Amino acid sequence: MTLAPPHLPPSPHVPSEAQRRRAAYRRRQTVTSVLVAAASTAVLGTLLVVAVTGAPGWDRVRASFGDPAVARDALPEVLTGLWLNVRLLVCCAAGALLLGLLIALARTLRGPVFFPVRALAAGYTYTFRGLPLIIVLYLLTLGVPGLRLQGMPSVLVLGGLALVLTYGGYLAEVFRAGIESVHPSQLAAARSLGLTYRQTMRHVVLPQAVRRVAPPLLNDVVAMQKDVGLVSLAGPIDAVRAAQIATAETFNYTPYIVAGVLFVLLAIPLIAVTDAVTLRAARRQGRSAR
Amino acid sequence: MTLLRCRGLRKTYAGHVVLDGLDLTVDEHRVVALIGASGSGKSTLLRCLNLLEPLDDGTIELDGQDVSDPRVDPDRVRRRIGMVFQSYNLFPHLSVLDNITLAPVRVHGRSRAEAAAQARELLDRVGLAAKADDYPDRLSGGQQQRVAIVRALANSPRLMLLDEVTSALDPELVGEVLTLIRDLKAEGMTMVLATHEMAFAREVADEVCFLDGGWVVESGPPERVLGDPTEPRTRQFLHRIIEARRL
Ligand SMILES: Nc1ncnc2c1ncn2[C@@H]1O[C@H](COP(=O)(O)OP(=O)(O)O)[C@@H](O)[C@H]1O
Ligand SMILES: [Mg+2]
Repeated sequence: MTLAPPHLPPSPHVPSEAQRRRAAYRRRQTVTSVLVAAASTAVLGTLLVVAVTGAPGWDRVRASFGDPAVARDALPEVLTGLWLNVRLLVCCAAGALLLGLLIALARTLRGPVFFPVRALAAGYTYTFRGLPLIIVLYLLTLGVPGLRLQGMPSVLVLGGLALVLTYGGYLAEVFRAGIESVHPSQLAAARSLGLTYRQTMRHVVLPQAVRRVAPPLLNDVVAMQKDVGLVSLAGPIDAVRAAQIATAETFNYTPYIVAGVLFVLLAIPLIAVTDAVTLRAARRQGRSAR
Repeated sequence: MTLLRCRGLRKTYAGHVVLDGLDLTVDEHRVVALIGASGSGKSTLLRCLNLLEPLDDGTIELDGQDVSDPRVDPDRVRRRIGMVFQSYNLFPHLSVLDNITLAPVRVHGRSRAEAAAQARELLDRVGLAAKADDYPDRLSGGQQQRVAIVRALANSPRLMLLDEVTSALDPELVGEVLTLIRDLKAEGMTMVLATHEMAFAREVADEVCFLDGGWVVESGPPERVLGDPTEPRTRQFLHRIIEARRL
């Protein structure tokens, strides 16, 4: 006589009839969605191409905006200009992030000793968020060299400084919003462990604040990429200025298209990083909101 | 030996008097339970004891030292006191291990390896060794609160302040936290705990203090204060709690 074992070994999960039907339905839905999307894209694309190329002025526009020979000739200069944009962006973004962080921290300092620091930081953010970048740029690149001081930095450095000062004001406010979003109970917990105010900021508040505001910070850096070219107003030749020079020589606007395409290509990785960071932040929020 | 002695504590918020001349004495290795209606100032008292709130009057002596003296560095005082909050307040951006080692490394200057070894040992004792590298949001409420207690213990405090540490927990998770507090008492830890768990207060406390109107209305051994209170206000409060239980 054999006894049935009291516990059967766990058998692998077999999906129920209902689950299998649901899965099949979802697969069919996915296929349908892809087909519909492809068809509607094809129809819309065809319509656009027909409308644009069929326009009466199309040939003239194509000649003056899409001349391959002009594009090839202009490319080296535009690329040289773009290299300046890239270098400026990297330096100015780093500088503005650092300045923004310092200003935001200065505004959180407590105690009467720090009143002038707080006031200065507040005054700075008010001023530079209100002041148009072009005015700061002209003041620094045209006004300051006029002082004829010893050891005056180059126009490029002054232009970069204008960018850092202007964007620093915005980034400071983003950082401050992040710092203020950290719940007071986190500070209480840190202080109760004996951490000093500075240690609490450094190890508890700032890491959480920066994580939370990383998406808007990066978004401002993307915006900055478009503004670094304004430095060319003071002389240095960036990509757009190089395209302008090439256009003036050929009376053909293709160099602008070249510069525009390069700008977009440059922005894509930055935007992709921003999106990834935003997504990760959203996921973490979703998880901790349980 | 007296570890903590407060005299005439007064604390107001914008003219609203929360503590009004409160006295409290806690001897070493003793457990004092604070009970009282919601809003009676239990949390405020614990925060004042930890110097997280400025006092409006009164003195706090810890180990014979007047720590309410403005010349005393509050950060140095807090290192000797562990505090656990109702809402755990773990640091969400740090792993369980880093939550625990933060203060030993940054405040006490221990080496990272030494602090981590001690943290793992403590986690092992509370049955959470496997969670050392997880982030707090992956833990249940009971697990988070046990980590918060371990985090406070890692500073080797002279005194633990526990503020309704089980109030945010699902009923089936309360037990694991209470067991840990029982163990702490067995090891001789001095504790002041605010609680709504009357049965637990009766079991673990050496003394129960009933707060009302900004001071300790009645205090004594739990059997007497909870079983046969002399003050009408204490009776009324306990009555209401029993009524609520019945619902
Ligand atoms: N930060 C604060 N600002 C203003 N009022 C507060 C603050 N903290 C506590 N209170 C008030 O102090 C009183 C006591 O609160 P609390 O100490 O939290 O009581 P309990 O912990 O006993 O429920 C309540 O009336 C509450 O509204
Ligand atoms: Mg409370």
